[in-house]
Order: sequence, then C-alpha cells, then structure tokens
Amino acid sequence: MALSREQIAQRIARELEDGFYVNLGIGIPTLVANYIPDGIEVMLQSENGLLGMGPFPTEDEIDADMINAGKQTVTAATGASIFSSAESFAMIRGGHVDLTVLGAFEVDVNGNIASWMIPGKLIKGMGGAMDLVAGADNIIVTMTHASKHGESKLLTNCTLPLTGAGCIKKVLTDLAFLEIKDGAFHLKERAPGVSVEEIIEKTEGKLIVPDHVPEMTFA
Amino acid sequence: MSGFNKVVNSYEEAMAGLEDGMTVIAGGFGLCGIPENLIAQIKKMGTKELTFVSNNCGVDDFGLGILLVDRQIKKMISSYVGENALFEKQLLAGELEVELTPQGTLAEKMRAGGAGIPAFYTATGYGTPVGDGKEVREFNGRKYIMEESITGDFAIVKGWKADTYGNVVYRDTAQNFNPMAATAGKITVVEVEEIVQPGELKPTEIHTPGIYVNRVIKGSFEKRIEQRTVRQG
Repeated sequence: MALSREQIAQRIARELEDGFYVNLGIGIPTLVANYIPDGIEVMLQSENGLLGMGPFPTEDEIDADMINAGKQTVTAATGASIFSSAESFAMIRGGHVDLTVLGAFEVDVNGNIASWMIPGKLIKGMGGAMDLVAGADNIIVTMTHASKHGESKLLTNCTLPLTGAGCIKKVLTDLAFLEIKDGAFHLKERAPGVSVEEIIEKTEGKLIVPDHVPEMTFA
Repeated sequence: MSGFNKVVNSYEEAMAGLEDGMTVIAGGFGLCGIPENLIAQIKKMGTKELTFVSNNCGVDDFGLGILLVDRQIKKMISSYVGENALFEKQLLAGELEVELTPQGTLAEKMRAGGAGIPAFYTATGYGTPVGDGKEVREFNGRKYIMEESITGDFAIVKGWKADTYGNVVYRDTAQNFNPMAATAGKITVVEVEEIVQPGELKPTEIHTPGIYVNRVIKGSFEKRIEQRTVRQG
C-alpha cells in the first residue's frame, strides 16, 4: 500500500543523524519533526532566521515576533539562535545545513527539480526553495510517485520550469525510496505491500532495479 | 534635529520626501516585523507608482496589501506573494508588475546594495527561469549567475528598540529582512516600540548601527499573526 503522510515523515526521520542541522520544507517535510528518533539531537533551521525551532507555543506563549518559515507561530528550542535573512541564507547557500527535505511537482534522472511554477496557473513565488536546493548537498525530495491521473512525476526530463538543476540525489515517494545517479533512478526500497512492477509502471524516467528490493522499515 | 539625534515625532515627518515613482525597500517576513505604521503613512500620503522590494506583499487588509487598494504599487520585487486576493487580481489584469526573486538572493541583493557591492554570483537560480538572460560564470567547476544588488530611495524598517542615535535592536524572528533593508535606503526610516537614551543599549547587542539610520519614530503596533498555531499546554 502507498505510504501515508505520516509514514513518509517516519521514513525520512530515519535519515536524520545525531548532530544534524536540518531544514524542513512546508507540508509533509514539517511532519518529520514529530518523528525524530530517541537518543539523537537535531536542530531545525527555519529560513526566516531561526536555528533551533521548538514546538508550537501554548496559548500563553504565543508571540507575533516568533514565527517559522511557514509563518506559523513557534517557539525557540534550548540553544537556539535568531538572525537576519542574509545570515540564514548564508548558512543555506554556504552548505552548512546537513539535510534539506522539501516537496516537488517533478524530478528527473539528471537530478533536476521542478517545484514552484505551473505555467498558466497563478505563480506565487519560489520563496527560499531555489536557495535551498542550490546550497544543500544532502536533499530529500518528497512527493507522490504519480499524479491523481496516474502520470509519473519521476521523469526523463522535467516538463515544468526548474527550481534547481542537477541538485537532487534522493527521492522518497509514497511508493518507493530512490537514489538518482548516472542519469537514472535507482530503486532502493519499496513501500510495504507495493510491488516492484507497480513502481516500474509509474516511473517514466530510466529506472535501475536491483535483484532484491527490500521493503521499507520505519523504526 | 541636532547632532546624532534621529528621532522624529510624527509619521508625516518620518516619510517626508517620498515621491511618486520611488523605490522603497521594506523589512518583514509575512506579517512579522513589518513597518506597519510607515506603510499606513504611505497609504495616507497616496504616493503612487512605487516599486517595493519586500519578501512578501502583506495580506488584503494589512501590511503592504493596503497599498494595492488605491493602486499605489507599480512593481513588487519579492520571493513569495501568495496570500493576497487583490494582488492576484491586479497581477492578472496587468496592473501590477512582479519580479520574483529567490528569498536568499533577495536578502543578499539588499545586503550587497547597502554594502556598496553592485553585483554578486550565486548558484541559486542557475538553470531555472530566474537565470534567464543573466551572466553565467564558472568557479571551481560549478556554474553561477550574476545578480545585481538593490538600493532604495527609502528603506522602511521595524525595530524593537532604538536609541536616539538610531542604533537598533530587533526582537526574535521579527528581525528577518530588517537589518539588510536598513542598510540599503538612501533615507532609512526605522519605527520601533521603544526609544531609549544612548548608552542604554549595550554596544555589543546592537543589530543595526545608527550610521545606517536617518529617522527613528516610536509607534504602537497591532502585530497581526498570520498562522496562529498552538499546542496544548
């Protein structure tokens, strides 16, 4: 069965390592914060200028001056720092963030990502996504494997305007975990109960399938 | 005014000299840390054909969004403009021009502008529509695009506290774009919650040194919250 939003978040959480500074995009990536494994410390970076994002405030703690990049009210974790947007993107662009997790519309076999603009629809803007994909070495893209109409989002060439070129190496969809290298998707894990055949059918770009594709585990 | 005293006592004085067609750099992220009273003053003045450099454009009835009502804004240079129905309408009608700029590039354009650096290279946007028509250079095997910096006729900034000399500190994440905006205006106006005497702010805690600041005014603030998220206490 396809992964739920929570399972996607749980699987990404397994990529967290002790001492990581992590930027989580809006949507499913944000849920990863709920599944940080016991016994490891990570610090969440919010690109509006907060390193060490804590949980949402209680009703009493709400403060209009304390928000995250999704414009939600948040708190600062112990050991947090707060700084300007220029400083924040110096961290991001300078490659100091250990892991970035963000959503996308499409990725392709060359590591291109399209996530911000659908021609003909209203364009709201890229926010910090272009800086994040250009600056980070370790990026995980999360998205559904195919559209509601069954069209693959893992392509030979992205069809939508790009957010970044040649910058994506890992993709977690609701069906599979894949790595991108040498101009192909490499199937690493499949969602529990999802067949390799279904993944092959829903992957338009070149896909390398090893003899054995393990099922994902979440713990 | 005398010596280093930057304090003005009215919003008319604070925004004096703003004219049609000028470029204004504004601090703030979403509705957090926006110079809400300086924006309200611009609405009152009715100044038109303005270009705003600001990460966002407020919401329909708060922040920069209120300047759309009388079509005071000609152009926005922003990273994300999605929260505003009137904005959408004017954009689709061709009444408003938008230059979408990646958030980090926008911050750096302001920083560089204020620091006397006319342009810089960044990998952000290379190979995307943002890079179209821009100079590309390769450094150490990676491709970068040239982005030009930005300065404004005015910069409008929201601080927490300032002393009368214009030294400013910001509060929590209301800092955001404000320190860069403050450096990049020919005339920089800072509105704050509290004005104190020189010496009351520790020199080491000052975010924006007074050299960048031309006018300081004390305001009172609504500080509207865009996404109120809470946990059970």
